[in-house]
Order: sequence, then C-alpha cells, then structure tokens
Amino acid sequence: MASNVVMPPLRAGASNRLWRVFANHLATLAAVGATIVVMAPLIAIFGYLLYKGASSLNFAFFTQIPKPVGEVGGGMANSIVGSGVLLAIASLMGVPIGIAGGIYIAEFGRNKRLANMVRFTADVLNGVPSIVMGIAIYTLIVVPQKHFSALSGGVALGIMMIPTITRTTEEMLLMVPLNVREAALGLGVPNWRSVLSITLRTASPGVITGCMLAFARVAGETAPLLFTAFGNQFWSTSVNEPIAALPLQIFIYAISPYDEWHRLAWAGALVLIVLIVVSVALVRYVAGRGVLKGAS
Amino acid sequence: MGVAIEVSDLNAWYGANHTLQSISLRIPANHATALIGPSGCGKSTFVRCLNRMHETNPIGRVTGTVRVGQTDIYAQASPVEIRRRIGMVFQRPNPFPTMSIYDNVASGLRLNGFRNRKILDEVVERSLQQAALWDEVKNDLKKKSGASLSGGQQQRLCIARALAVDPEVMLMDEPASALDPVSTAKIEDLIFQLKSQYTIVIVTHNMQQAARVAENTGFFLNGKLVEFDATHKIFTNPTDKRTEDYITGRFG
Repeated sequence: MASNVVMPPLRAGASNRLWRVFANHLATLAAVGATIVVMAPLIAIFGYLLYKGASSLNFAFFTQIPKPVGEVGGGMANSIVGSGVLLAIASLMGVPIGIAGGIYIAEFGRNKRLANMVRFTADVLNGVPSIVMGIAIYTLIVVPQKHFSALSGGVALGIMMIPTITRTTEEMLLMVPLNVREAALGLGVPNWRSVLSITLRTASPGVITGCMLAFARVAGETAPLLFTAFGNQFWSTSVNEPIAALPLQIFIYAISPYDEWHRLAWAGALVLIVLIVVSVALVRYVAGRGVLKGAS
Repeated sequence: MGVAIEVSDLNAWYGANHTLQSISLRIPANHATALIGPSGCGKSTFVRCLNRMHETNPIGRVTGTVRVGQTDIYAQASPVEIRRRIGMVFQRPNPFPTMSIYDNVASGLRLNGFRNRKILDEVVERSLQQAALWDEVKNDLKKKSGASLSGGQQQRLCIARALAVDPEVMLMDEPASALDPVSTAKIEDLIFQLKSQYTIVIVTHNMQQAARVAENTGFFLNGKLVEFDATHKIFTNPTDKRTEDYITGRFG
C-alpha cells in the first residue's frame, strides 16, 4: 500500500452542503447557457428569414419561373427543381463513393499505405475552397464539353460530399465493437459479407448522419456552381444544359439593385433552409424505421 | 450429431508471443469437455484455433493439425466452411444490436444466402427452444432488438444463433462469466441438454462449473496442456502436482 499518498480531507458541515448545492446550480446554469448559445444563431437566422421572406411566399413562387426585370411576381420553380436535380446527381455520386472509401479505410486497408493516402486525400479535399472546386470541374468537364451543364454542377457538389462521408463512415465503422464482428465471422459468414451486412448495418445511423451532413452542406453551396451549373432563367431539367439552382438564384437576386428581387431572394433563402431541414428529417425518419428500439 | 476433435502438436503465436506450445489431445464426440486454467494460460486461444478464429487477428499464427471428424481444418477447408460447422459462443454476449431477436437467430442462415421463410421460421423457433429462450421472447420476436434483452437472455440468444446454422461442435469461451448465478445455472442446464447432439468445448474460470457440466477436463498453464483426463479424476486425484495446486487454490 502506498501510505505516503494523503487524500485531502473532505470539507465537513453545513457550509460544505451549501457549496455543493451552489456548485450544482452553477454547472446546470452553465450547461443551459451553452445550449442557448449554440441554438441562438440557428433560431435567429431562421426567425429573420421568416420575417423577411415569408411575406413573399405565394403559390406562384413554387410554380413560376423568374420574370424579367420590371415585372412584378414570378417564382423560383425552376431553381427548386434544378437544385433537386443537382443534389440527386451529387448524392448518386458522393454517397456510394464516400461510403465505399470509408469502408476501405476502416475495414480492408488497415495499416496499408493506400488507406493512409485515401485518408490524407480526403482531409485535404475537405479543405479545398469550394470556388476552387468549381474552377477545377470547369476545367475538367465544362471546357472539354464546351458548355455549362447540370452534370458538371452535380459532379462538383458530389466530389465535395465525398470527404465528409468517407471520414464519418470510417469513424462509425471503427466504433463497431470487435465482438460484434467476431460474432458474424464465428457464424461462418465471409468477411466481405460481414462488413456489409453486420458492421456497416450496425454503424448505419452514424453513416446516415454523415451523408446528411454532407448533403446539407453542399445543398447551400453557390461558388462551385458559378462555373459549372451556371444558372438558368428558364425551365430545364436536362443534365446537359445549364440549370438553375436555389443558391445561385438567391445570389443573383441578392446582388441585384431591385427591391422586388431582394424580396424574392429572402423567400428563396427561406425555402432553401426549409427544404434542407425537411429532407434531412425525412431521411432520418425513413432510415430510422429499419432500426429497432433498444439498439445502441 | 457431434464429431470428435483430434488436435496434434498445435502451436499458436500472437506476434512473437508463443501462446500455445505443442498441444495434443482428443476431444470425444457428444460429450462436454472443459478447459480450465489461470488467465492468460492459452485456453481461449486454444478454442479459437479450433474454428480458425485465431487467424482473424492480424498478428495471430498457427501450426500443427486439427482434425474435426474426417477434416483436417487447416489443410482441407476454408475458415468460412469450418466456422459454419463449428459454432462459437463468446465471453461477452454479442447479439447484433440493430437486429430483432428473430433476425439475430436467422442471421447465420440469411447471411449465407438462405431465404426460405417457412424454413427460417421453423429454424428460429427450434433454435430458441433449444436455447430455452423461446417462452420468454416468442411474443416480441420481430418487435424487440437483441440488445434490449437482459445479459443472460442475450447469451442464450447468442447460443440460439449459433445453433441455428446446425453446427457439429459448439465452442463456448467462458459463456457464463459475465452472468449472474441464475442465468449461469440456465446456461449450464442448456449445456447438459445440448451435449447429446453436439460436441461441446467449454472454457471456464469456474471449477465447479467444469465439474458440473463436463465429462473431461483439460488443465492449461503457461501455454501448455498440463493434464487432460476425466473430470472426476482431475478434481479428485490429479496426476500432476501443478494441477493439484491449481484446483486446491494454492495459486492462480
């Protein structure tokens, strides 16, 4: 026994009790305060958008395309659909590649050089400014094709989704305990099958969160679309033509000198944020139904 | 029906650490065989060599031969085939947390591509009954997650899951060490019933448990098999001085 270690004596008596009650309240207050600080910006932004944008929302906003300068009214129907097309292309590309990359790093490439390279590349890619991504895709796709397109915009957003998804997938897979993996292998399940059906499934709530994070992030990106999707004042759903997008349209309207366009920009921003929240909630709901209660 | 296991000159390493040194023994079919010994003596490594789980560790290495029935498992079969024939129950209950009770039991068959619903239903019910869990869970089969059960129920769920793929041998690595006495008794009863159909190898720290469930017992010490004999002989009249010291509590 280490008898030379002396514990400090406990403070005794009523003052000790008072101090504990006080410290308890102080800690609770600090935690509540921190929560408010975290939530305040979101509530403030959302409230301000509601205040500025809600009055400009009407049926036409969701059904009409922009009107020429000077005419009142018009909407962002083409931008809403355009954003949907761009995000669909981006997700079709970013989600499978991102998850596959994460699976490789966490499960098959442990301690291999290639895995370390993939991880490093993902981290660097995460730090590339979005405008640079736009220029890169402009050079790689738009210039050879000689025209702007929804495809190039979707690819730019898709590449931006990959690093976030890869790294969260990796982290989530590594959190699956060894004994769950061993249970699957012990049943005579081949390793690849165990990774896909057991490890990935066990990690799926976290992986889905990662995908949603990446999705929400690129849904509001403007810079990578400037040189790729380009924007479009008319209806288009073709992947080979320039396409409208909510963030682009908001940007164009916001920097214009017209009050009418400013109003529409506020409304567009409100719609964008609501659509992101709704789609994230929807995916969570649908994905959550497959997972039973009591699962950790 | 269970099959006999014949091990000769088995050696295992973790990196440079020679964990098992020249183990040879014969485990009879349709009996329970207990492996005892202090922590770190190699008994867990030994059972993990019997279904080739040892090699899933990147630094694990094995030499020697293990015959299960007619098969030399290291020379004549893939690890995946072997693990289908030799079920394993681990020390900590490890149900698949995102799966229902039903899906947990059906997982071994489903993950190997088996899809016939009617037969799956039958196998799930039979396995849960064999594991003495059916009555407790039959109403929540698809409603509750495997992880929502109590520790003892989870371990019996894991036994049912292992039984569902109809193995010939069941390896149990301290299956009751994380459980309370009531759950432990249930697991022991189970072992008693299962050994008519399966060959059972059970690692345990609890010598009374070995005495209660197993016909034969092996004593491991520092990576070597010191003594292997009928259980009553090991506990009443061991040949080796070290075995006697261990079972009488003089060390370990």
